[in-house]
Amino acid sequence: MGKETQINLLDRPNSYVGRILSRDAAKRAVAGRGRYTDDIMPHRTLHAAFVRSPYGHAKILSIDIKAAQEHPGVALVMTGEELSEMCTGPWVGTLVCFEGMKSAPQNPMAVDRACWQGEPVVMVVASSRAVAEDACELVSVHYEELPVVVDKEAALDPEIPIIHPELGDNLAFEKTIETGDVEKATSEADIVIEDTFTFGRHTAVSLEPRALLAEFDPGTDRLTIHTSSQCPHMIQAVFARTLGVPEHNVRIVAPDVGGSFGLKIHTFGDEVATTAASIKLGRPVKFIADRLESFATDIHARENRVKGRIAVTKDGIITSMDIDIRSGAGAYSQYPRTSVFEANQILNITGGPYAHQNYRATTQVVYLNKVPTSQYRAVGHPIGNSVGESLVDQAADACGIDPVEFRRLNVMRDDSYPRTSAAGIEMQDLSHQKCLETLVAEMNYDSLRTEQAAYRKKGIQRGIGIAAFIKGTAPGPSGYYGAGGAPIATQDACTVKLEPSGGILCMVGVTDQGQGVDTVMGQITAATIGTPIDSVRVIEGDTDAVPYGGGTYASRATAIGGEATYQAALSLRKEILEIAGALLQADIDALDIVNGNIVNKGDTVSRISLAEIGRIGHFQVSELPNHIQPVLSATHRFRLRDALYIFTNGIQGAYVEVDIDTGFIKLLNHWVVEDCGRVINPQLADEQVRGGCVQGLGGALYEECVYDSAGQLQNATLADYLTPMAGEMPDINVSHIQTHTGVSELGAKGVGESGTGAAPAVVMNAVNDAIRPFGGKITSQPMSPTIILEALGKI
Amino acid sequence: MSEITMEITLTVNSEKITKTVPVRQHLVDFLRMELGLTGSHLGCEHGVCGACSIRVNNAVVRGCLMLAVQADGADVVTVEGLTETKEIEDLQKNFVERNAMQCGYCTPGMLVTAAELLRTTKPISRDDIRNHLSGNFCRCTGYHAIIDAVETTINNRLKGR
Repeated sequence: MGKETQINLLDRPNSYVGRILSRDAAKRAVAGRGRYTDDIMPHRTLHAAFVRSPYGHAKILSIDIKAAQEHPGVALVMTGEELSEMCTGPWVGTLVCFEGMKSAPQNPMAVDRACWQGEPVVMVVASSRAVAEDACELVSVHYEELPVVVDKEAALDPEIPIIHPELGDNLAFEKTIETGDVEKATSEADIVIEDTFTFGRHTAVSLEPRALLAEFDPGTDRLTIHTSSQCPHMIQAVFARTLGVPEHNVRIVAPDVGGSFGLKIHTFGDEVATTAASIKLGRPVKFIADRLESFATDIHARENRVKGRIAVTKDGIITSMDIDIRSGAGAYSQYPRTSVFEANQILNITGGPYAHQNYRATTQVVYLNKVPTSQYRAVGHPIGNSVGESLVDQAADACGIDPVEFRRLNVMRDDSYPRTSAAGIEMQDLSHQKCLETLVAEMNYDSLRTEQAAYRKKGIQRGIGIAAFIKGTAPGPSGYYGAGGAPIATQDACTVKLEPSGGILCMVGVTDQGQGVDTVMGQITAATIGTPIDSVRVIEGDTDAVPYGGGTYASRATAIGGEATYQAALSLRKEILEIAGALLQADIDALDIVNGNIVNKGDTVSRISLAEIGRIGHFQVSELPNHIQPVLSATHRFRLRDALYIFTNGIQGAYVEVDIDTGFIKLLNHWVVEDCGRVINPQLADEQVRGGCVQGLGGALYEECVYDSAGQLQNATLADYLTPMAGEMPDINVSHIQTHTGVSELGAKGVGESGTGAAPAVVMNAVNDAIRPFGGKITSQPMSPTIILEALGKI
Repeated sequence: MSEITMEITLTVNSEKITKTVPVRQHLVDFLRMELGLTGSHLGCEHGVCGACSIRVNNAVVRGCLMLAVQADGADVVTVEGLTETKEIEDLQKNFVERNAMQCGYCTPGMLVTAAELLRTTKPISRDDIRNHLSGNFCRCTGYHAIIDAVETTINNRLKGR
């Protein structure tokens, strides 16, 4: 079957690809029939609760668990030391791809010393969560407080204590890249702008907290874990290896997952402890984080300070950019994905849409006595885009050039690919120019400027922001996880089967957390095979049922898992046609499959149905010639070959109003034009962008994990850590440019993080546009009213 | 310390129920753990996120802020009950068609809260819908699709569809 024929399968009239279809999971959700981990309640389930360090840094002098052990209903009380004896060894959160990186060994629960407030110290397992919490209060731990390191700027100063003395200092990782000659370009530039940007700590705030139910069967040494996870196979590998259970004996099931956003690609000590309790007791043990535990123990992200500099000619051509990053990690580098990706991505993507060839980026990641940091939706991109796009706006202003026109002058041209970015990243199939012109049209940019001027005259301060972006999606094995040595698959897999009924089962290694991954895989399968969507059922999130895969992270599900699914469906289609050809004594090149029937090409009259093929292929095999042995199942895997990522691009626009007396920001309108390659389901793609934008807006405007000087988290409730709610958020206009990626036949790139990556940048540019006439400038997020009023010199 | 309990009798989704409950158990834990009504979710257990929104005596309440014993004698309706009576069938259909949820964890609470608006006799602006739902946290959708689905349902009801 030639390539042209394959592509036509997806593009032919009434194809399921490119069409809006509803999700089955949505039908369950509206009826209250979602099935999340905490909804699963096996008989004799016990519940875990944790005594956690109340200090940012403390030596554990003694632990008295006697009273807790004697409390009615308590089945087990376990200290960090006892747990460590059940483990094969502590975690060390480094990857060999990050040269020179170091991290201290980390036990799942603290042993001898706690290094952040919230670190688990003692686990209590009891008949109910309430009883377990009662007994936690009976555990007596004596601590000796140790000095804390909470300020990333000071963390490397000689007088500052070293959190892990064996590391020699508080430096986790440092890296510098340089292309061209930044100093020469900067000294020769007409205009040089320098600024310093700061970003608060965020956390994912999935509405369903972290959740795990472990069931160990001592008779067979089999371990089943239901958990709210994006990456079941990674959980299988890490938990099996940590607890010394053979990996093939471990089944991980991710049932409905109530929000993830990168949080649920990680492994956590309290979840290992819960699993250890099930192994020790031979009973189901459940742990559901409460909201306080979520804030104090889920991974954090985004705490960075970036100094940036841009050099331009007076005609508005960018000649150079350079940045210096100081990234505040937690007390350990998060195992196994590390805490240095964010800084590394800022370094990779800052100024990424533009054609300049002089670039330098330096980063230092430092340890702090705070919750460990790691990957959260759009890792590094909100920071890199905010820095780059603010510098670009400031440069445009200094040149007296409109920000849209300035970007026209500087973005990589659509006809210039493949090419290498100034950060050394291979770029292909991007569309900055098309996206920019589409945005200008969608925003009605010139009219909006006229409207803004009219409002200024009335004393109403509105601002218009523009922010171009690139987004690294679907990482390949040559980059970080694969080459870095982590047990995380960067390839992914799909198995499709024809059942005796003519129905199709599609098992995928990528997972769904509400994005509609299962729907998308069903659409690809149905379109490729030529069968009604209702006859396809997609299975994901169960390591006993699906081929080995990496799961869903880094906007990879459709780009990687979609191609594996497409190739598997193509193979099954080929086998079906071979069987049909033998039965019909027809040339298979003259046959097609349409709507679940094998037809003559160009015709719609059924010659034989898929159900007949299924029946004969499974039961009446004697009707087939001897040389045909039906398998009726095909598995394919797909990985990127050489590329580090499939980079995508896009641009956002924002229209805001700033009350210069109160510092309040009202979001009036928001636009996104992005290029995720082939769109499989336009509605689902749009909703990924919208939801992602609002997550980015939350970080830009409201969200921050605030620590005091003692390393105490000050706002660990949903009433104090502000998230975006319906009342404050705008409608979001989404458009897609579809430049298919050349790395796969499907042509899809990632879409899930594009909204988040640039929303903070565009809203910061819009706010600065609004307050520029008053001499104000914001370079700090979240942009609270206090920050605005300070920038305006009012407080 | 033994658990202090109390017997309560209440109506849940039109069914009369008598149970002995720990006095400290909140209403949603009771619904989920004692009755298996897992459609109501817990997101924060301090009354902010709205995932546990249920109807008690015809008013929408945060089920995590009410003790089960306080519901003694009350009429409680959860998303499962609203589904069985088909009271919000159109709203549910529009949520599905508009993809007004992703992970679905906020959805039952969002539907219970939005159902209050469906009794309106005059059009409701998008801003007013946004304000009405502003106590229900959704981390996935960005709200736009939810507002669309609620608006469509209200408009169709006003048109008599």
